[in-house]
Amino acid sequence: MAKHETPLLDQLESGPWPSFVSDLKQEAESRAKNEKGIEYQIPQDVCEDILGVLELSYKHGRTHWKHGGIVGVFGYGGGVIGRYCDQPKMFPGVAHFHTMRVNQPAGKFYTTDYLKKICDLWEFRGSGVTNMHGSTGDIILLGTTTPQLEEIFHELTHNMDQDLGGSGSNLRTPADCIGAARCEYACYDTQALCYDLTQEYQDELHRPAFPYKFKFKFDGCPNCCVASIARSDMSFIGTWRDNIRIDQETVKAYIGGEIAPNAGAHSGRDWGAFDIQKEVNDLCPTGCMYMDGDKLVIDDKECTRCMHCINVMPQALRIGEDRGLSILVGAKAPILDGAQMGSLLVPFIKVEEPYDEIKEVIEAIWDWWMEEGKNRERLGELIKRQGFQKLLEATNIKAIPQHVQEPRHNPYIFWKEDEVEGGWDRDINKFRKDHLR
Amino acid sequence: MDRDEAKKAIVETLEKKAKTKSKFYLKDFYKMVPDEKPRAVKNIVNEMVGEGTLEYWSSGSTTMIGLAGTGKQAAAEDED
Ligand code: SF4
Ligand code: SF4
Repeated sequence: MAKHETPLLDQLESGPWPSFVSDLKQEAESRAKNEKGIEYQIPQDVCEDILGVLELSYKHGRTHWKHGGIVGVFGYGGGVIGRYCDQPKMFPGVAHFHTMRVNQPAGKFYTTDYLKKICDLWEFRGSGVTNMHGSTGDIILLGTTTPQLEEIFHELTHNMDQDLGGSGSNLRTPADCIGAARCEYACYDTQALCYDLTQEYQDELHRPAFPYKFKFKFDGCPNCCVASIARSDMSFIGTWRDNIRIDQETVKAYIGGEIAPNAGAHSGRDWGAFDIQKEVNDLCPTGCMYMDGDKLVIDDKECTRCMHCINVMPQALRIGEDRGLSILVGAKAPILDGAQMGSLLVPFIKVEEPYDEIKEVIEAIWDWWMEEGKNRERLGELIKRQGFQKLLEATNIKAIPQHVQEPRHNPYIFWKEDEVEGGWDRDINKFRKDHLR
Repeated sequence: MDRDEAKKAIVETLEKKAKTKSKFYLKDFYKMVPDEKPRAVKNIVNEMVGEGTLEYWSSGSTTMIGLAGTGKQAAAEDED
């Protein structure tokens, strides 16, 4: 018999999808049985109380978690988020229910042994409930008490070679796609860059440094598997400067139906014969592809590297060989002002160790944002408030056509007084005498 | 202003404001040490947390900083 009646939560289990309610019940039951004989360091019925407090929140239509706290591990100003229940008498198991963020490995490569160890640690010293992964990318360990924090931190850092991730006004845990480890589209080694910057900016990652959160994400190509363009203040997206490599014979094999398009990804249904005109050329967003007889032609200077044609015919088309990355800035989720996608700042930069050129851009942006950003103002909001031109000045980057989405729309380059003959105070009437409107 | 003077200035400002406000954004500290760059102030503030003079408070999304032991405290959450 469950500790708390949860009719509202039970209803959620009736839908077609896997349910977190069922997961919580399963963990509650497993803790109650304790077949492995674990010496639980936090209340054994913690999961029952999560269900209880959640049911109460559904009933009241408001949260019963309090906001934030001072808890953390020594020397770190991030990675632990204090959570307390405002009904501790009713739900003692979750009176303290702190979250810990663990810096996920680059590309989220795990061994099963590692996953078992982290789950064992979390059953022993926490609620056993995890979120794989949070939207920043970390492994999220949900719910433990204050005395456990240092113990868990010690175990993670000393015996498992793991570190906590970022939270609060810190650099958040950098996240990258699997990239060159498994993916032929990778235009640079996302894991090498992600790892290098994680090490370089340890201080910013573990201690608050900024007006608000700051996220880095690394995508090896414009397919953007970690959605850097939508979800990071600075997004590093692989690209190439030369031409898409075309193997005309293999293009013919696609046209002739010998090779399944999209590597067979849509084979669950019969879509009819492959039509290169309809499925590739007509869908090219820049209209830069066409057939010359049975030869496929790409006008590469118009191509925006959207990846569509390569995704459809990966055996026939390959990314170019002069590779690097583009830097986009200012993406964010919709808390203030609505969601924003990243704006292109650096169209192409070579990715070479020790990545000094990239670090220069990063640090110039940080200096500007730390100086000018208001409290809780994301980089994207500062760019919007002060203008993209200010960002260009701060980073010492010259305005180029790639910075403009389309001509004569929403211009962001303005004249400065010293660039205008006569300044702002010149006698307009005198000027008009010679230059009629 | 050297490091120790900067730290003193920070503690004095926080003590003066303690009646009305116990938690501050990192940016608020810039003004307390006006001749240092934001990055230097950040380092001083974080050092002061390490020394136990200041402490962090975090909502998860933002971090605030105040004198250790002021404002809403561990005691209020049965943490001592
Ligand atoms: S973003 Fe591109 S390179 Fe990275 S995993 Fe996805 S498809 Fe591959
Ligand atoms: S990558 Fe995109 S823009 Fe470039 S040729 Fe292919 S479909 Fe067109």
